[in-house]
Amino acid sequence: MNFLKIYALGLRHIYLISNSLPRIIDLIYWPTVQIFLWGFISKFFTVGSTYYSDAVGIILTAAILYDFLFRASISYNIMFLEEIWSRNFTNLFIAPIKISEIITALTITAVLRTLIGLMPAAALAIPLFGVSIFKLGVPLVFLLLSLYIFGVSLGLLVTSGLIRFGPSFENIAWASLFFLAPLGCIYYPIEILPEALQLVAKALPLVHIFEEMRNILINNSIDWFQIIKSITISLIYFILGVIVFYMSYFGARIRGTLINMGE
Amino acid sequence: MFIQIKNLSKKFNNNLAVNNISFDIKKNQTVGLLGPNGCGKTTSIGMMLGLIKPSEGEIIIDNKNINKEKRDGILSKINFASPYIELPKKLTVKQNLEIYGRLYGVKNLSERINELSIDLNLKQFLKKKTGELSSGQKNRVSLAKSLINKPEILFLDEPTASLDPDIGDYIRGYIQSYKLKNQVTILLASHNMNEVERLCDNIIMMKKGVIIDRGTCAEIIKKHGRNNLEETFLKLARS
Repeated sequence: MNFLKIYALGLRHIYLISNSLPRIIDLIYWPTVQIFLWGFISKFFTVGSTYYSDAVGIILTAAILYDFLFRASISYNIMFLEEIWSRNFTNLFIAPIKISEIITALTITAVLRTLIGLMPAAALAIPLFGVSIFKLGVPLVFLLLSLYIFGVSLGLLVTSGLIRFGPSFENIAWASLFFLAPLGCIYYPIEILPEALQLVAKALPLVHIFEEMRNILINNSIDWFQIIKSITISLIYFILGVIVFYMSYFGARIRGTLINMGE
Repeated sequence: MFIQIKNLSKKFNNNLAVNNISFDIKKNQTVGLLGPNGCGKTTSIGMMLGLIKPSEGEIIIDNKNINKEKRDGILSKINFASPYIELPKKLTVKQNLEIYGRLYGVKNLSERINELSIDLNLKQFLKKKTGELSSGQKNRVSLAKSLINKPEILFLDEPTASLDPDIGDYIRGYIQSYKLKNQVTILLASHNMNEVERLCDNIIMMKKGVIIDRGTCAEIIKKHGRNNLEETFLKLARS
Protein backbone atom coordinates (compact mmCIF):
# COMPACT_ATOMS: atom_id res chain seq x y z
CA MET A 1 0.00 0.00 0.00
CA ASN A 2 1.22 3.47 -0.90
CA PHE A 3 0.46 5.92 1.91
CA LEU A 4 1.09 8.95 -0.31
CA LYS A 5 -1.80 7.82 -2.52
CA ILE A 6 -3.98 7.15 0.52
CA TYR A 7 -3.14 10.67 1.69
CA ALA A 8 -4.07 12.08 -1.74
CA LEU A 9 -7.44 10.31 -1.65
CA GLY A 10 -8.07 11.67 1.84
CA LEU A 11 -6.94 15.13 0.81
CA ARG A 12 -9.72 15.22 -1.80
CA HIS A 13 -12.27 14.99 1.02
CA ILE A 14 -10.41 17.33 3.33
CA TYR A 15 -10.43 19.97 0.56
CA LEU A 16 -14.11 19.32 -0.04
CA ILE A 17 -14.96 19.93 3.61
CA SER A 18 -12.63 22.89 4.12
CA ASN A 19 -13.83 24.61 0.92
CA SER A 20 -17.40 24.78 2.18
CA LEU A 21 -18.68 26.30 5.42
CA PRO A 22 -22.23 24.91 4.86
CA ARG A 23 -20.70 21.42 4.69
CA ILE A 24 -18.98 21.91 8.06
CA ILE A 25 -22.17 23.27 9.58
CA ASP A 26 -24.11 20.32 8.18
CA LEU A 27 -21.63 17.92 9.78
CA ILE A 28 -22.08 19.53 13.19
CA TYR A 29 -25.78 20.33 12.96
CA TRP A 30 -27.37 16.85 13.07
CA PRO A 31 -25.39 15.39 15.99
CA THR A 32 -26.10 18.57 17.95
CA VAL A 33 -29.84 18.31 17.23
CA GLN A 34 -29.69 14.68 18.40
CA ILE A 35 -28.09 15.70 21.68
CA PHE A 36 -30.72 18.36 22.33
CA LEU A 37 -33.58 16.05 21.43
CA TRP A 38 -32.42 13.09 23.51
CA GLY A 39 -31.24 15.32 26.30
CA PHE A 40 -34.71 16.78 26.83
CA ILE A 41 -36.54 13.46 26.25
CA SER A 42 -34.37 11.65 28.79
CA LYS A 43 -34.66 14.49 31.27
CA PHE A 44 -38.42 14.02 31.04
CA PHE A 45 -38.01 10.24 31.58
CA THR A 46 -36.16 10.72 34.85
CA VAL A 47 -39.44 11.77 36.42
CA GLY A 48 -41.01 8.29 36.18
CA SER A 49 -38.07 5.95 35.55
CA THR A 50 -37.48 3.06 37.90
CA TYR A 51 -34.89 1.30 35.76
CA TYR A 52 -32.39 4.08 35.52
CA SER A 53 -31.25 6.12 38.44
CA ASP A 54 -29.42 8.33 35.98
CA ALA A 55 -31.64 8.22 32.90
CA VAL A 56 -30.29 11.39 31.35
CA GLY A 57 -26.71 10.20 31.55
CA ILE A 58 -27.42 6.73 30.18
CA ILE A 59 -29.76 7.71 27.36
CA LEU A 60 -27.64 10.65 26.29
CA THR A 61 -24.43 8.61 26.37
CA ALA A 62 -26.21 5.97 24.27
CA ALA A 63 -27.39 8.70 21.86
CA ILE A 64 -23.86 10.04 21.48
CA LEU A 65 -22.37 6.60 20.92
CA TYR A 66 -25.09 5.67 18.44
CA ASP A 67 -24.53 8.92 16.61
CA PHE A 68 -20.84 8.09 16.43
CA LEU A 69 -21.72 4.80 14.70
CA PHE A 70 -24.23 6.55 12.45
CA ARG A 71 -21.76 9.30 11.42
CA ALA A 72 -18.96 6.78 10.78
CA SER A 73 -21.12 4.74 8.45
CA ILE A 74 -22.78 7.69 6.71
CA SER A 75 -19.42 9.47 6.30
CA TYR A 76 -18.08 6.42 4.52
CA ASN A 77 -21.11 6.24 2.24
CA ILE A 78 -21.16 9.96 1.51
CA MET A 79 -17.50 10.10 0.57
CA PHE A 80 -18.12 7.33 -1.93
CA LEU A 81 -21.33 8.93 -3.18
CA GLU A 82 -19.47 12.24 -3.67
CA GLU A 83 -17.42 10.51 -6.39
CA ILE A 84 -20.60 9.33 -8.10
CA TRP A 85 -22.42 12.67 -7.76
CA SER A 86 -19.45 14.60 -9.12
CA ARG A 87 -19.04 12.10 -12.00
CA ASN A 88 -15.45 11.60 -10.89
CA PHE A 89 -15.85 7.87 -10.42
CA THR A 90 -14.20 6.83 -13.70
CA ASN A 91 -11.23 9.17 -13.15
CA LEU A 92 -10.68 7.57 -9.78
CA PHE A 93 -10.89 3.98 -10.97
CA ILE A 94 -8.47 4.52 -13.88
CA ALA A 95 -5.90 6.12 -11.57
CA PRO A 96 -3.05 3.83 -10.50
CA ILE A 97 -4.48 3.05 -7.09
CA LYS A 98 -5.27 -0.25 -5.47
CA ILE A 99 -8.72 -1.10 -4.16
CA SER A 100 -7.14 -1.61 -0.74
CA GLU A 101 -5.85 1.98 -0.89
CA ILE A 102 -9.34 3.28 -1.67
CA ILE A 103 -10.79 1.33 1.27
CA THR A 104 -8.04 2.52 3.62
CA ALA A 105 -8.39 6.16 2.54
CA LEU A 106 -12.17 6.11 3.03
CA THR A 107 -11.80 4.38 6.41
CA ILE A 108 -9.27 6.90 7.70
CA THR A 109 -11.01 9.98 6.29
CA ALA A 110 -14.35 8.89 7.73
CA VAL A 111 -12.82 9.36 11.21
CA LEU A 112 -12.26 13.02 10.48
CA ARG A 113 -15.82 13.61 9.26
CA THR A 114 -17.20 11.69 12.23
CA LEU A 115 -15.18 13.62 14.80
CA ILE A 116 -16.01 17.02 13.25
CA GLY A 117 -19.66 16.19 13.79
CA LEU A 118 -19.45 14.53 17.13
CA MET A 119 -16.92 16.43 19.22
CA PRO A 120 -18.96 19.66 19.46
CA ALA A 121 -22.11 17.68 20.29
CA ALA A 122 -20.35 15.63 22.99
CA ALA A 123 -18.85 18.81 24.43
CA LEU A 124 -22.25 20.55 24.46
CA ALA A 125 -23.81 17.73 26.48
CA ILE A 126 -21.50 18.49 29.43
CA PRO A 127 -22.70 22.01 30.32
CA LEU A 128 -26.26 21.56 29.03
CA PHE A 129 -27.19 18.24 30.65
CA GLY A 130 -24.23 17.49 32.91
CA VAL A 131 -23.48 14.37 30.86
CA SER A 132 -20.01 13.43 29.75
CA ILE A 133 -19.25 10.34 27.67
CA PHE A 134 -15.78 10.47 29.23
CA LYS A 135 -17.37 9.06 32.39
CA LEU A 136 -17.02 5.70 30.66
CA GLY A 137 -13.27 5.95 31.23
CA VAL A 138 -10.71 3.88 29.34
CA PRO A 139 -13.33 1.44 27.93
CA LEU A 140 -14.77 4.38 25.96
CA VAL A 141 -11.82 4.15 23.56
CA PHE A 142 -12.53 0.48 22.88
CA LEU A 143 -16.28 0.95 22.62
CA LEU A 144 -15.71 3.75 20.08
CA LEU A 145 -13.24 1.56 18.21
CA SER A 146 -15.77 -1.25 18.01
CA LEU A 147 -18.50 1.14 16.87
CA TYR A 148 -16.18 2.66 14.30
CA ILE A 149 -15.15 -0.71 12.83
CA PHE A 150 -18.80 -1.74 12.62
CA GLY A 151 -19.82 1.63 11.10
CA VAL A 152 -17.14 1.31 8.46
CA SER A 153 -18.19 -2.30 7.79
CA LEU A 154 -21.73 -1.13 7.12
CA GLY A 155 -20.28 1.60 4.91
CA LEU A 156 -18.34 -1.03 2.98
CA LEU A 157 -21.47 -3.14 2.47
CA VAL A 158 -23.47 -0.13 1.28
CA THR A 159 -20.73 1.08 -1.09
CA SER A 160 -20.52 -2.46 -2.44
CA GLY A 161 -24.22 -2.12 -3.21
CA LEU A 162 -23.55 1.21 -4.94
CA ILE A 163 -20.90 -0.43 -7.12
CA ARG A 164 -23.17 -3.38 -7.82
CA PHE A 165 -26.47 -1.57 -8.41
CA GLY A 166 -25.36 1.98 -9.15
CA PRO A 167 -26.71 5.24 -7.72
CA SER A 168 -30.20 3.71 -7.38
CA PHE A 169 -28.82 2.02 -4.25
CA GLU A 170 -28.44 5.47 -2.67
CA ASN A 171 -31.66 5.23 -0.68
CA ILE A 172 -30.43 2.04 0.97
CA ALA A 173 -27.32 3.98 1.96
CA TRP A 174 -29.43 6.40 3.98
CA ALA A 175 -31.67 3.73 5.45
CA SER A 176 -29.02 1.11 6.24
CA LEU A 177 -28.51 2.02 9.87
CA PHE A 178 -32.17 2.36 10.70
CA PHE A 179 -32.64 -1.32 9.77
CA LEU A 180 -30.28 -2.35 12.56
CA ALA A 181 -31.15 0.23 15.19
CA PRO A 182 -34.07 -1.71 16.74
CA LEU A 183 -31.87 -4.81 17.09
CA GLY A 184 -28.94 -2.85 18.47
CA CYS A 185 -30.62 -2.40 21.87
CA ILE A 186 -29.23 1.10 22.02
CA TYR A 187 -31.67 2.57 24.52
CA TYR A 188 -33.09 -0.59 26.14
CA PRO A 189 -31.78 -3.91 27.46
CA ILE A 190 -31.77 -6.97 25.19
CA GLU A 191 -34.45 -8.67 27.32
CA ILE A 192 -37.02 -6.32 25.79
CA LEU A 193 -36.66 -8.10 22.43
CA PRO A 194 -38.57 -11.32 21.66
CA GLU A 195 -36.37 -14.39 22.19
CA ALA A 196 -35.89 -15.13 18.49
CA LEU A 197 -34.74 -11.59 17.84
CA GLN A 198 -32.38 -11.73 20.81
CA LEU A 199 -30.41 -14.40 18.95
CA VAL A 200 -30.12 -12.15 15.90
CA ALA A 201 -29.23 -9.15 18.06
CA LYS A 202 -26.40 -11.05 19.75
CA ALA A 203 -24.78 -11.54 16.37
CA LEU A 204 -24.40 -7.75 16.13
CA PRO A 205 -21.69 -5.92 18.05
CA LEU A 206 -24.14 -3.17 19.01
CA VAL A 207 -25.87 -5.18 21.73
CA HIS A 208 -22.55 -5.94 23.42
CA ILE A 209 -21.38 -2.33 23.13
CA PHE A 210 -24.53 -0.76 24.55
CA GLU A 211 -25.04 -3.45 27.22
CA GLU A 212 -21.49 -2.77 28.37
CA MET A 213 -22.04 0.97 28.30
CA ARG A 214 -25.04 0.51 30.63
CA ASN A 215 -23.08 -1.93 32.78
CA ILE A 216 -20.32 0.63 33.29
CA LEU A 217 -22.67 3.51 34.04
CA ILE A 218 -25.12 1.59 36.25
CA ASN A 219 -22.92 -1.01 38.01
CA ASN A 220 -19.64 0.86 37.89
CA SER A 221 -17.87 -2.28 36.71
CA ILE A 222 -16.10 -3.20 33.49
CA ASP A 223 -16.65 -6.48 31.65
CA TRP A 224 -13.65 -6.64 29.32
CA PHE A 225 -14.85 -9.91 27.82
CA GLN A 226 -17.96 -8.11 26.53
CA ILE A 227 -15.79 -5.36 25.01
CA ILE A 228 -13.43 -7.82 23.32
CA LYS A 229 -16.45 -9.76 22.04
CA SER A 230 -17.90 -6.59 20.48
CA ILE A 231 -14.58 -5.72 18.77
CA THR A 232 -14.21 -9.28 17.49
CA ILE A 233 -17.72 -9.30 16.03
CA SER A 234 -17.09 -5.87 14.44
CA LEU A 235 -13.87 -7.16 12.89
CA ILE A 236 -15.72 -10.16 11.44
CA TYR A 237 -18.20 -7.76 9.81
CA PHE A 238 -15.30 -5.62 8.57
CA ILE A 239 -13.63 -8.62 6.90
CA LEU A 240 -16.99 -9.57 5.39
CA GLY A 241 -17.41 -5.97 4.16
CA VAL A 242 -14.00 -6.01 2.49
CA ILE A 243 -14.73 -9.34 0.77
CA VAL A 244 -18.12 -8.11 -0.48
CA PHE A 245 -16.53 -4.85 -1.70
CA TYR A 246 -13.94 -6.75 -3.75
CA MET A 247 -16.63 -9.07 -5.13
CA SER A 248 -18.74 -6.06 -6.15
CA TYR A 249 -15.76 -4.41 -7.82
CA PHE A 250 -14.90 -7.52 -9.83
CA GLY A 251 -18.58 -8.01 -10.65
CA ALA A 252 -18.84 -4.39 -11.83
CA ARG A 253 -15.86 -4.92 -14.13
CA ILE A 254 -17.66 -7.87 -15.69
CA ARG A 255 -20.94 -5.94 -16.05
CA GLY A 256 -19.18 -2.79 -17.26
CA THR A 257 -20.90 -0.54 -14.74
CA LEU A 258 -17.72 1.26 -13.62
CA ILE A 259 -17.50 3.21 -16.85
CA ASN A 260 -20.91 4.83 -16.68
CA MET A 261 -21.39 5.15 -12.93
CA GLY A 262 -23.38 8.25 -12.14
CA GLU A 263 -25.62 8.06 -15.17
CA MET B 1 3.88 -3.06 -30.95
CA PHE B 2 3.07 -0.79 -28.03
CA ILE B 3 -0.58 -1.72 -27.75
CA GLN B 4 -1.79 -5.11 -28.94
CA ILE B 5 -5.44 -6.05 -28.95
CA LYS B 6 -5.95 -9.73 -29.68
CA ASN B 7 -9.35 -11.29 -30.40
CA LEU B 8 -11.06 -9.04 -27.91
CA SER B 9 -14.75 -9.62 -27.20
CA LYS B 10 -17.22 -8.38 -24.63
CA LYS B 11 -20.62 -9.84 -24.04
CA PHE B 12 -23.17 -8.16 -21.74
CA ASN B 13 -25.86 -10.76 -21.05
CA ASN B 14 -26.88 -11.71 -24.59
CA ASN B 15 -25.53 -8.59 -26.24
CA LEU B 16 -22.17 -8.92 -27.97
CA ALA B 17 -20.89 -5.34 -27.62
CA VAL B 18 -17.41 -6.07 -28.99
CA ASN B 19 -16.92 -9.04 -31.25
CA ASN B 20 -13.46 -10.48 -31.73
CA ILE B 21 -11.52 -7.34 -32.61
CA SER B 22 -7.75 -7.28 -33.10
CA PHE B 23 -5.46 -4.36 -33.83
CA ASP B 24 -2.02 -3.02 -33.00
CA ILE B 25 -0.87 0.50 -32.26
CA LYS B 26 2.77 1.49 -32.65
CA LYS B 27 4.52 3.70 -30.13
CA ASN B 28 3.80 7.43 -30.63
CA GLN B 29 1.09 6.74 -33.18
CA THR B 30 -2.29 8.47 -33.03
CA VAL B 31 -5.11 6.14 -33.95
CA GLY B 32 -8.72 7.17 -34.39
CA LEU B 33 -11.47 4.83 -33.28
CA LEU B 34 -14.56 5.65 -35.27
CA GLY B 35 -18.03 4.32 -35.59
CA PRO B 36 -21.67 5.14 -35.00
CA ASN B 37 -23.10 5.30 -31.49
CA GLY B 38 -23.29 1.88 -29.86
CA CYS B 39 -20.63 0.36 -32.12
CA GLY B 40 -18.42 -0.69 -29.19
CA LYS B 41 -15.90 2.18 -29.00
CA THR B 42 -16.52 3.06 -25.36
CA THR B 43 -16.60 -0.60 -24.34
CA SER B 44 -13.28 -1.16 -26.13
CA ILE B 45 -11.69 1.85 -24.41
CA GLY B 46 -13.18 0.71 -21.08
CA MET B 47 -11.48 -2.67 -21.51
CA MET B 48 -8.15 -1.02 -22.38
CA LEU B 49 -8.43 1.13 -19.25
CA GLY B 50 -9.11 -1.93 -17.10
CA LEU B 51 -12.61 -0.75 -16.18
CA ILE B 52 -14.32 -3.58 -18.05
CA LYS B 53 -13.22 -7.19 -18.00
CA PRO B 54 -13.13 -8.71 -21.49
CA SER B 55 -15.19 -11.84 -22.08
CA GLU B 56 -12.41 -13.10 -24.34
CA GLY B 57 -9.14 -11.92 -25.78
CA GLU B 58 -6.07 -10.10 -24.58
CA ILE B 59 -4.92 -6.51 -24.17
CA ILE B 60 -1.16 -6.14 -24.10
CA ILE B 61 0.25 -2.72 -23.30
CA ASP B 62 4.02 -2.29 -23.40
CA ASN B 63 4.40 -6.09 -23.26
CA LYS B 64 2.16 -6.39 -20.20
CA ASN B 65 -1.20 -8.12 -20.21
CA ILE B 66 -3.47 -5.69 -18.39
CA ASN B 67 -5.73 -8.40 -17.06
CA LYS B 68 -2.88 -10.43 -15.61
CA GLU B 69 -0.42 -7.82 -14.33
CA LYS B 70 -0.95 -5.47 -11.39
CA ARG B 71 -3.29 -2.72 -12.56
CA ASP B 72 -1.58 0.21 -10.84
CA GLY B 73 1.75 -0.44 -12.59
CA ILE B 74 0.17 -0.19 -16.04
CA LEU B 75 -2.30 2.56 -15.20
CA SER B 76 0.49 4.91 -14.08
CA LYS B 77 1.56 5.16 -17.74
CA ILE B 78 -1.94 5.79 -19.04
CA ASN B 79 -4.46 8.58 -18.77
CA PHE B 80 -7.88 9.39 -20.10
CA ALA B 81 -10.00 12.45 -20.87
CA SER B 82 -13.64 12.56 -21.77
CA PRO B 83 -16.29 15.27 -21.53
CA TYR B 84 -18.58 12.63 -20.04
CA ILE B 85 -16.57 12.27 -16.87
CA GLU B 86 -15.75 15.22 -14.65
CA LEU B 87 -13.51 16.32 -11.86
CA PRO B 88 -14.97 17.16 -8.42
CA LYS B 89 -16.86 20.41 -8.94
CA LYS B 90 -16.41 21.79 -5.44
CA LEU B 91 -12.65 21.60 -5.56
CA THR B 92 -10.57 24.30 -7.20
CA VAL B 93 -8.75 23.55 -10.43
CA LYS B 94 -5.43 23.56 -8.60
CA GLN B 95 -6.71 21.21 -5.88
CA ASN B 96 -7.98 18.76 -8.50
CA LEU B 97 -4.69 18.80 -10.38
CA GLU B 98 -2.80 18.41 -7.12
CA ILE B 99 -4.84 15.39 -6.06
CA TYR B 100 -4.53 13.60 -9.40
CA GLY B 101 -0.84 14.50 -9.53
CA ARG B 102 -0.37 12.84 -6.16
CA LEU B 103 -2.44 9.80 -7.17
CA TYR B 104 -0.26 9.36 -10.25
CA GLY B 105 2.87 9.86 -8.15
CA VAL B 106 4.04 12.88 -10.18
CA LYS B 107 7.40 14.25 -9.09
CA ASN B 108 7.88 18.04 -8.92
CA LEU B 109 4.12 18.40 -8.92
CA SER B 110 3.99 22.19 -8.48
CA GLU B 111 6.26 22.59 -11.48
CA ARG B 112 4.11 20.23 -13.56
CA ILE B 113 0.89 22.05 -12.61
CA ASN B 114 2.53 25.35 -13.46
CA GLU B 115 3.74 23.99 -16.81
CA LEU B 116 0.29 22.69 -17.76
CA SER B 117 -1.48 25.82 -16.60
CA ILE B 118 0.74 27.94 -18.84
CA ASP B 119 0.38 25.57 -21.81
CA LEU B 120 -3.38 25.21 -21.49
CA ASN B 121 -4.00 28.76 -20.38
CA LEU B 122 -5.41 27.81 -16.96
CA LYS B 123 -3.50 30.32 -14.83
CA GLN B 124 -6.34 32.78 -14.38
CA PHE B 125 -8.74 30.22 -12.94
CA LEU B 126 -6.49 27.87 -10.99
CA LYS B 127 -8.11 29.03 -7.75
CA LYS B 128 -11.64 28.87 -9.10
CA LYS B 129 -13.92 25.95 -8.28
CA THR B 130 -14.07 23.50 -11.19
CA GLY B 131 -17.87 23.53 -11.19
CA GLU B 132 -17.89 27.29 -11.87
CA LEU B 133 -16.01 26.99 -15.17
CA SER B 134 -17.43 27.13 -18.68
CA SER B 135 -17.48 23.95 -20.83
CA GLY B 136 -14.39 25.08 -22.71
CA GLN B 137 -12.49 25.80 -19.50
CA LYS B 138 -13.58 22.48 -17.96
CA ASN B 139 -12.41 20.72 -21.07
CA ARG B 140 -8.95 22.25 -20.78
CA VAL B 141 -8.79 21.29 -17.10
CA SER B 142 -9.81 17.74 -17.96
CA LEU B 143 -7.06 17.65 -20.59
CA ALA B 144 -4.57 19.00 -18.03
CA LYS B 145 -5.59 16.21 -15.63
CA SER B 146 -5.09 13.64 -18.39
CA LEU B 147 -1.57 14.96 -19.06
CA ILE B 148 -0.54 15.45 -15.41
CA ASN B 149 1.50 12.20 -15.37
CA LYS B 150 3.02 12.75 -18.85
CA PRO B 151 1.24 9.58 -20.01
CA GLU B 152 2.82 7.26 -22.52
CA ILE B 153 -0.67 6.35 -23.66
CA LEU B 154 -3.54 8.80 -23.82
CA PHE B 155 -7.12 7.80 -24.42
CA LEU B 156 -9.29 10.65 -25.62
CA ASP B 157 -13.03 10.16 -25.89
CA GLU B 158 -14.58 12.93 -28.00
CA PRO B 159 -12.23 15.58 -26.58
CA THR B 160 -13.94 18.46 -28.37
CA ALA B 161 -17.59 17.39 -28.06
CA SER B 162 -19.89 20.28 -27.13
CA LEU B 163 -17.19 22.91 -27.64
CA ASP B 164 -17.56 25.92 -29.90
CA PRO B 165 -15.41 25.79 -33.09
CA ASP B 166 -12.84 28.21 -31.71
CA ILE B 167 -12.16 26.29 -28.51
CA GLY B 168 -12.40 22.97 -30.37
CA ASP B 169 -9.70 24.20 -32.73
CA TYR B 170 -7.58 25.34 -29.76
CA ILE B 171 -7.78 21.87 -28.17
CA ARG B 172 -6.93 20.12 -31.46
CA GLY B 173 -4.00 22.50 -31.97
CA TYR B 174 -2.81 21.83 -28.45
CA ILE B 175 -2.94 18.05 -28.87
CA GLN B 176 -0.97 18.39 -32.11
CA SER B 177 1.71 20.56 -30.54
CA TYR B 178 1.86 18.34 -27.42
CA LYS B 179 2.52 15.33 -29.65
CA LEU B 180 5.37 17.11 -31.37
CA LYS B 181 7.08 17.83 -28.06
CA ASN B 182 6.27 14.60 -26.18
CA GLN B 183 6.35 10.87 -26.77
CA VAL B 184 2.74 9.79 -26.51
CA THR B 185 0.56 7.16 -28.12
CA ILE B 186 -3.00 8.36 -28.56
CA LEU B 187 -6.23 6.49 -29.12
CA LEU B 188 -8.87 8.99 -30.10
CA ALA B 189 -12.58 8.20 -30.24
CA SER B 190 -14.40 10.94 -32.06
CA HIS B 191 -17.41 11.78 -34.18
CA ASN B 192 -15.69 14.83 -35.60
CA MET B 193 -14.19 13.68 -38.88
CA ASN B 194 -12.15 16.86 -39.43
CA GLU B 195 -10.57 16.29 -36.05
CA VAL B 196 -9.75 12.69 -36.94
CA GLU B 197 -8.24 13.71 -40.29
CA ARG B 198 -6.17 16.37 -38.59
CA LEU B 199 -4.86 14.33 -35.66
CA CYS B 200 -4.75 10.65 -36.62
CA ASP B 201 -2.08 8.64 -38.40
CA ASN B 202 -4.42 5.68 -38.76
CA ILE B 203 -8.06 4.95 -38.20
CA ILE B 204 -10.09 1.95 -37.16
CA MET B 205 -13.75 1.90 -38.18
CA MET B 206 -16.15 -0.09 -36.03
CA LYS B 207 -19.77 -1.05 -36.53
CA LYS B 208 -21.94 -3.36 -34.42
CA GLY B 209 -18.95 -4.47 -32.34
CA VAL B 210 -16.66 -5.45 -35.21
CA ILE B 211 -13.91 -3.67 -37.11
CA ILE B 212 -15.16 -2.99 -40.61
CA ASP B 213 -12.15 -1.12 -41.99
CA ARG B 214 -8.77 0.25 -41.05
CA GLY B 215 -5.91 2.21 -42.58
CA THR B 216 -4.80 5.80 -43.05
CA CYS B 217 -7.52 8.40 -43.64
CA ALA B 218 -6.39 8.84 -47.26
CA GLU B 219 -6.41 5.09 -47.91
CA ILE B 220 -9.91 4.62 -46.52
CA ILE B 221 -11.35 7.64 -48.34
CA LYS B 222 -9.83 6.42 -51.62
CA LYS B 223 -10.93 2.83 -51.08
CA HIS B 224 -14.57 3.87 -50.70
CA GLY B 225 -14.45 6.44 -53.51
CA ARG B 226 -15.49 9.42 -51.38
CA ASN B 227 -14.16 12.97 -51.13
CA ASN B 228 -13.53 13.12 -47.40
CA LEU B 229 -13.75 11.13 -44.19
CA GLU B 230 -17.21 12.45 -43.29
CA GLU B 231 -18.70 11.07 -46.52
CA THR B 232 -16.81 7.80 -46.03
CA PHE B 233 -18.11 7.50 -42.47
CA LEU B 234 -21.69 8.05 -43.65
CA LYS B 235 -21.33 5.45 -46.37
CA LEU B 236 -19.98 2.85 -43.96
CA ALA B 237 -22.43 3.67 -41.17
CA ARG B 238 -25.44 3.44 -43.48
CA SER B 239 -24.39 0.41 -45.47
